[in-house]
Amino acid sequence: MSEKEIKNLEEIFEAKIARDEKIEPKDWMPEKYRKTHIRQMSQHAHSEIVGMLPEGNWITRAPSLRRKVALLAKVQDEAGHGLYLYSATETLGISRDELYDQLHSGKAKYSSIFNYPTITWADIGAIGWLVDGAAIINQVPLCSTSFGPYARAMVRVCKEESFHQRQGYEIMLTLCKGTPEQKEMAQDALNRWWWPSLMMFGPTDDQSTHTEQSMKWKLKRKTNDELRQQFIDQTVPQADILGIKVPDEDLKWNEETGHYDFGEINWDEFWQVVKGHGPCNKERLQTRVDAWEGGEWVRDAAMAYAEKQADKKVKKAG
Amino acid sequence: MSDKNKNKKKNWPLWEIFVRSKNGLEHRHFGSLHAADADMALENARDVYTRRSEGVSIWVVESKNITASNPEHNGELFEPAADKVYRHPTFYDLPDEVKHM
Repeated sequence: MSEKEIKNLEEIFEAKIARDEKIEPKDWMPEKYRKTHIRQMSQHAHSEIVGMLPEGNWITRAPSLRRKVALLAKVQDEAGHGLYLYSATETLGISRDELYDQLHSGKAKYSSIFNYPTITWADIGAIGWLVDGAAIINQVPLCSTSFGPYARAMVRVCKEESFHQRQGYEIMLTLCKGTPEQKEMAQDALNRWWWPSLMMFGPTDDQSTHTEQSMKWKLKRKTNDELRQQFIDQTVPQADILGIKVPDEDLKWNEETGHYDFGEINWDEFWQVVKGHGPCNKERLQTRVDAWEGGEWVRDAAMAYAEKQADKKVKKAG
Repeated sequence: MSDKNKNKKKNWPLWEIFVRSKNGLEHRHFGSLHAADADMALENARDVYTRRSEGVSIWVVESKNITASNPEHNGELFEPAADKVYRHPTFYDLPDEVKHM
């Protein structure tokens, strides 16, 4: 194709997105659109899969059967969300194996929040409340993103997420109404998860490199800073109800702006964790790789069985 | 099958999943997944796509068996219908007195 032809196709493509028409897998798309989507969608899928690990840690130690079935269901949902997103990514012409390989080799990223440890039961509450809360704010706008398979997967994901957040908040609420020790545990979890949750919205707008293009493709509808502010504004009153304190001395309601003012985020920590130096980066990736490699013989056996059954059928027919 | 093929690492094929939400509605495409065979595809589809009673019936079809039209040919494929307005009821002029038609 000549440069002129490509330019023409690109114009038609951009106009389609501007009209809110969806792009489907077999439609022509600029290479950059394909690559950006593979990167973002697979990162999203990887985050769901790795996100199972910090919580899976507590399934066997959940304090009651009610909490245990809820946590099991939540972790199973996350596996499901990873699968919706992987198969949506595959429609862009990349295989599941390549996607896994990118995760396992460290080439692909996943959300840094999962590189923090879950050291008490209250962390499970804080993750549901804060981490899933932040994820919902990030994800809701994606339900109307321009790439059809991604948008459809996100509709399903968002429908299921709200249970996750509510179960987390209920855990926090129970702890906060419990003994002083239990309330202290909830406060400690909030102290540790608050700032990493704010980092989930990504770098500040002036530092974010992808925002402009992502806005155009409707991969983003609001900027990182806008979403972060929305999260803070809706979460602080929820902490008040729990009767625990957000660990930010500068946090203050601003009558004039109608938003909370908040303190400086430690971006050095953010970049350290992104670059692989968080408390659990190595452990998470290793657990994931071990699970994949340890399961290989099962996958092979299932394939061998399927082939044997298929052969039998052919012989019977013949 | 030759030994060479047997030793080659094989990935689970991709399946397209169709779910009927309730009787009276058609099966609708829900997404896809990997499975070694049709039975496993059905079981995985149950777990991946119907965890909250979203379906009463599932179809699985191996993706390679689906033939899809090419969007680049949408013009010659679908445009012929565009100028056949006489296929729509509004094409026909009737006086307002005629009811129930």
